[in-house]
Amino acid sequence: MSSLPLLSLILWFPLVGILSILFTPRNRENLIKTIALVTAIVDFLFSLCLLLNFDFQNSGFQFVEKSEWLSIINSSYYLGVDGVSILFIPLSTLVTVLCVLISWDSITEKVKEFYLALLFTNIAMIGVFVSLDLLLFYIFWEALLIPMYLIIGIWGGPRRIYSTIKFFLYTFFGSIFMLVAIIYIFLQYGTFEYTALLGKNYPTHIERFLFLAFLIAFAVKVPMWPVHTWLPDAHTEAPTAGSVILAGILIKLGGYGMIRFLLPLFPNATLYFANLILILSVIAIIYAGLACLWQSDLKRLIAYSSVSHMGFITLGIFSLNPIGLKGAILQMINHGIVTGALFMCVGVIYDRTHSRAISHYGGLATTFPFYAGLFMIFTLASIGLPGTNGFVGEFLILQGVFLRDKLFSALGATGVIIGACYMLWLYQRVFFEKPSPNVFNLPPLKWNELIALLPMVILVFLIGLYPSLLLDFMKGSVFMILNHFMNIGGS
Amino acid sequence: MGAFQEFEIVRSFSLPVFLVPFLPFIASIITLIFGKRYFPERPYILPVSALFLSFILSLYLLFEVLSGKIYQFDLFTWISAGNLKVGLGFLVDPLSVMMLCMVTSLSFLIHVYSIGYMKGDPGYYRFFAYISLFTFFMLMLVLSNNLVQLYLGWEGVGLCSYLLIGFWYEKKRASDAAKKAFIINRVGDFGFALGIFAVFYYLGTLYYDEIIPKLSVLKDVYLGIGSYEVHVPFLIAFLLFCGAMGKSAQFPLHTWLPDAMEGPTPVSALIHAATMVTAGVFMVARLHALFEMSEYAMAMVAFVGAFTSFMAATIAITQFDIKRVIAYSTLSQLGYMFMACGVGAFAVGMFHLFTHAYFKALLFLSAGSIIHALHHAVDPNDIRIMGGLRKYMPITFVTFLIAGLAISGVPGFAGFFSKDEILAHAFFSKYPWGKFIWLIGIIIAVMTAFYTFRVFFKAFFGEFRGREALHGHEPHESPKVMTIPLIIISIGAIFSGWLGIPEVLGGGAHFQKFLEKVVGHPELVGVDHTVEYFLMAISVLAGILGIGFAYLIYVKKPALETLGPSKFPRIYRFLYRKWYFDELYHYLFVVPTFWLSRTVVNLILDTFIIDHTVNGSARTTETSANLLRKVHTGLINHYIWFILFGIIIYLIYYIYIR
Amino acid sequence: MIPFEYYVYLSLLLFCIGLVGVMLRRNLIILLVSLEIMMNALIVLFSAISRYSNDTTGYVVVFFLIALAAAEAGVGLSLVVLLYRSLKKIYTEDINYYRG
Repeated sequence: MSSLPLLSLILWFPLVGILSILFTPRNRENLIKTIALVTAIVDFLFSLCLLLNFDFQNSGFQFVEKSEWLSIINSSYYLGVDGVSILFIPLSTLVTVLCVLISWDSITEKVKEFYLALLFTNIAMIGVFVSLDLLLFYIFWEALLIPMYLIIGIWGGPRRIYSTIKFFLYTFFGSIFMLVAIIYIFLQYGTFEYTALLGKNYPTHIERFLFLAFLIAFAVKVPMWPVHTWLPDAHTEAPTAGSVILAGILIKLGGYGMIRFLLPLFPNATLYFANLILILSVIAIIYAGLACLWQSDLKRLIAYSSVSHMGFITLGIFSLNPIGLKGAILQMINHGIVTGALFMCVGVIYDRTHSRAISHYGGLATTFPFYAGLFMIFTLASIGLPGTNGFVGEFLILQGVFLRDKLFSALGATGVIIGACYMLWLYQRVFFEKPSPNVFNLPPLKWNELIALLPMVILVFLIGLYPSLLLDFMKGSVFMILNHFMNIGGS
Repeated sequence: MGAFQEFEIVRSFSLPVFLVPFLPFIASIITLIFGKRYFPERPYILPVSALFLSFILSLYLLFEVLSGKIYQFDLFTWISAGNLKVGLGFLVDPLSVMMLCMVTSLSFLIHVYSIGYMKGDPGYYRFFAYISLFTFFMLMLVLSNNLVQLYLGWEGVGLCSYLLIGFWYEKKRASDAAKKAFIINRVGDFGFALGIFAVFYYLGTLYYDEIIPKLSVLKDVYLGIGSYEVHVPFLIAFLLFCGAMGKSAQFPLHTWLPDAMEGPTPVSALIHAATMVTAGVFMVARLHALFEMSEYAMAMVAFVGAFTSFMAATIAITQFDIKRVIAYSTLSQLGYMFMACGVGAFAVGMFHLFTHAYFKALLFLSAGSIIHALHHAVDPNDIRIMGGLRKYMPITFVTFLIAGLAISGVPGFAGFFSKDEILAHAFFSKYPWGKFIWLIGIIIAVMTAFYTFRVFFKAFFGEFRGREALHGHEPHESPKVMTIPLIIISIGAIFSGWLGIPEVLGGGAHFQKFLEKVVGHPELVGVDHTVEYFLMAISVLAGILGIGFAYLIYVKKPALETLGPSKFPRIYRFLYRKWYFDELYHYLFVVPTFWLSRTVVNLILDTFIIDHTVNGSARTTETSANLLRKVHTGLINHYIWFILFGIIIYLIYYIYIR
Repeated sequence: MIPFEYYVYLSLLLFCIGLVGVMLRRNLIILLVSLEIMMNALIVLFSAISRYSNDTTGYVVVFFLIALAAAEAGVGLSLVVLLYRSLKKIYTEDINYYRG
C-alpha cells in the first residue's frame, strides 16, 4: 500500500465529485445528489483503508508524502498522519456522507451549489488533519471557512447573515494571529515543516507569545470561554448539515490544533499556561451548562452543550498526561458522533414541523416513539452514561485531570450533573407529558434519515463498550507528544 | 479478602457466570426491538424465562461457592489508557452470590407478578424490556470485579429506574419524578466518580482484589484541603458514600425515593425496595475495609443511616399514600442497614438487606394488589378510601400481615432475626456510638411497627370507605398470576431470616458465617447471654408496642386518630410536608441555579459583556470604514490621480528623505 | 543622427498626453485611446533604447508591447461596446457602480 499515495487520494478524491457535479445540468438534482453521495462514500471507504493499514507499532508519522510545492519559500506539499490525526479522517469523511444523506430532502434551493460546497468542505477538513506543513495547514484551515460561510449564509435560517458574519469574524480574527506566528517561525527557522520544528527552543517570552498566537486561533475554533458566542448563533442558523459539520469536525480542529501544535512545539509555554486553560475550561463547562438550562431553542441548547463538552476536551488536553489526553482525543470523536447525531435528530423534527422552539413540542414519545428512542440513546451518550461512548471519554478526561489537579477534576465533574439536568429537562419537555397538538401525524423516518442515524447508534455503543478500538490507535503518538513534557520535567 | 485462601479461585471464563446477567439482557433487547410488532400480547415470555434460567444458574453458582469456589475473571479489557486498565469482568464470591440469588429470585417473581399487574397497559412490552434491562444492570453491578464496572451498573440501574419511574410519561408528575431521581442520583454519582478517581490516584488500580491489600498504604496519608489535613481513607470513603447516599436514598439525597412511587408498583417493589436502593449498602460492604480504616467514615455511615431512618419513620406516620408510606419505610430500613455497617457489623447489614428485600417486596406487592383492586378510583393509593378489604382480598390480607409482622420484628419472622442482630451488634459494638445507635434503633422499631400497622388496619379493618371513589365497582382479589408470587415471596419473608438465626437462639448464624469471609464479622465474644436475651426482649417489645398503638388508634378508638394532628398542628405539618426538604432544596438549589442561568449567564454575560465587546469592535470598524468609503468614488480617473499622488510622495520620500 | 534625448522627450510628451487624458476625460473610448497613447510612448522609448545600446532585447519587448496594445484595444473596445449595449452609457461617472 505504501506505493499508493493514499492520503492524497483521500484528500483530493472529492474533486472528482466536484468536477462531475460542475458538469451536471442544474435541474438534474437527483443525479447531483447521487454523485455527491457516491463520492462521499467512496472517500469514506478510502479512509477506512487508511485505518486498516495503520501501523500500530509506529508512533511517528505514517503514509508520509512530500513533494516540492512553493520551493521559493521553502514550503512543501507535506502530508502524513499519526495516531492523533488518523481517527479524524474517517470521522470527516463519515460526517460528509451523513451530511449528504441528511440534506437529501431538506435542501431544495441551489442544490448544485450546496453539494459543491459540501464536497469542498470535505477536502478542506481532511487537508487540515493531514498537512504537516504549517503553511499548507493554514491554507486548509482558512479554506474551510469559505464553504462553511456559504453553507450557513445561503441555506441557513432567518438570521443567517448576522450569524455568518459573526462566525467569520470570530474565526478569522483568531487565525490571523496564527498566521503571524507561522510567519515568525518561518523567518526564524526558514521552514514550515512540522517535523523540523519539533524540539526547537525559543526564548521564553517569544515562546509564550507564539503560544498565545496559536492559542487564540484554536480557542476561537474550540470554542473556549469567553470567545464562544459565535457557536450558538452559527449552529442555530445553520442548516442541519452545517450544524453537523460544525459540531462534528469544525470545532474539533481547535482541539486537534492544540494537541498537534501547542503541546509539542511550545512545551514550556504549555506548562506555563496550562492552569489558565484549565480554569477557562472549567468555566466553559459550568457556564455553558448553566446557559443550556435557560435556552428555549433546541439547536441553541445543543450548541451550548457543545461548548460545555468542548470544555471537557480542553480540560483533558491540558491535563498533560496520557490518560487525559487519550480521553480528550476519544471525546472529540465521541462528541462529533453524539452531537452530530443530536443535530441530525433536531433536523428530523425541524423538517417536519419547521420549529426549533422547545415549547412547540411535547409528548413526542407518544406520537413518534421510534424517534424518541433514538433521541434517548443520544441524550444518554451526551450525558455520559456508562456503556455509551460519552462515558469513556469523560471518565478518562476527569481521571486524567484528577491526576494533575483534584480541584479541577471536581469542578469539571459538576458539569456532568448540570449536563444531566439540561438534557433530561429537554427530553422531558420535548418527549414526555401530554402530546402537543403540533406533533400529531408526523411522517415516519425516511430512508436517508434512518441510514444516517443508525450507524451513529452503533458507534455510540461500540465505542462505549469497546473503546480500545480507537484508543489503540493513539497509544504511541500520545506518548510521543507527552514525551516532550517528560524531558522538560513537567508533570 | 485475606480469607480467600480457603477458596479455589477460578480465573478463566465461565459460561454460567456470563449467562446470569446476559440472559435478561438479550431478552430485554429482543423484547424492546421486536416486542411491539411481533408479540405485543405476550412480551413477557422471553424475559420471564430468561430470568428463570438466571435464577437457576445463580443457585448453581451458590452451590459452587458453597463448595469453595470463587470466580474472578475479565470478559475483555474495557478501558485502557496509560497505566489505567479496567476490564468488564465478574467476581463471584459469597457476597455477590448472595445478592445474585436475591436479585434473580425476586426479579423473577416480580416479572411473573407484573404479567397480571401490567396487563392491558399500552406499554406492556416496554415494561418487560425495561425491567429485564434493569435486572441486567443490577446483576452487572453485583458481579463487578472493579469499581468502574460497578459504576456502569450503578448508572445503568439509575437509567432503568428513570425509565420506569417515568413509565407513564404522559403524567407530568411521573416524568418530573423520573428526572428528579436521575439528577439526584447524578449528584451522588458525582461524588462516587471522584471517589473512583481518588482510588486510582492513590492506589493505582480499580480492581477490588488489588485495592483491598493495598489499602494499608493509605494508613497515614493526609491531603491538605485549605488549612485542613484530611485523612485520605476518610476522603475516599466519604466520596464513595456520596454515591451510596444517592442510590440508597440517604439523607441529604433521599428526596427522590418517595417521588419515585409514581412508577408502576412492581417497579417500586423490585427497584425501589428490594434491589437497586440496596446497592449503596452492598457497595459499603464490598469496600468495608476502606471504611473501617477511618473512624470518621464509620461514624458518618452510622449517623447518616440513623438520621435518615429516624426522619423517614416520622414522616411515614403521617402519609396517606400507601406507597409513600412503604417508600419511607424503605428509607428507614435502608438507614437501619447503614447503621449496622456503621457499627462494623457489615455481615449483619447484608443479612438485613437480604431479609428486607423479601418482606419489603412482599409489602409493596401486597399494596400493589390493593391498588390493582381499586384501580377505578382517581387515587387508588389513598389509604383513606380503603378499609375492610379483609373480606374482599383474603390472600392479600394474609401476605400483607406476614410482611407487616416481619418488618415489625415479631419473633419467628425474617425481620426479627436481622433487626435483632443489628441491635445486638450495635449495643456491643467497639465503636463509642454503638449504644446511641441501639437506642435510636429501638425508637425506630416502635415507629416502624406503628406506621406499618396503621396502614394495615386502615386498609383491611373497619368498613370499606371507597364506594364513591370506585363508582360502584367492588374491590376484588387479584388474579392468580399475582397472588401466587405473593405467596411464594411470603415464604421468603418468613424463612429468609432463619438462615441466620444467631447462636444465642440456638441457631448457627450460617448466613453471617458465609459472608464473614468477605466482609468480616465482629464476634460477640465475652458477652453475657442474659444481656442479649434482655436486649432481644426489648426489641420485641418495641415492635409489639408499635402494633398495639396502631391497633388502639385505628381499630379500637378511631377518634384518637385526629388527636395528634389537632394537638400538635405544627409538628404534624412539619412531618406531613416531609420536613420541608423538597421546599428547602427548591429554594436552595433549583431557584438560584435558574437565576444564575437566566440572569448572569444569558442576559448579562453573553448578551451585554461578551457580545457587546465584539459587536463594539465591529462598530468601530464600521465607522472608520464609513469615512474611508468616501474615497471610493468608483471613477477610474480618480484612482489614477491617487496612483499619481502615491508615486509623487514615494519619489519625494526616495529622493529627499533617504 | 537624432540625439537619444529627443526620443526620451517625445516619449515623455506622449506619456503625459496619455496620462492627462486618462485623468481628465470621462468618455471610456477616449480613456482607451489615452491608454494606447501611453503604450506608444513606451514603444518609442524601448525602440530608442534598443537602437542606441545595440541590444535587441528592447525590440523584442516592443513586439510584445505591440501585440499587447492590439489585444488591449480589442478587448477594451469590445467591453465598451458591450457595456454601451446593455447600459446605453459611455461616461465613467454614470457607471461608477463600485462607489464605496
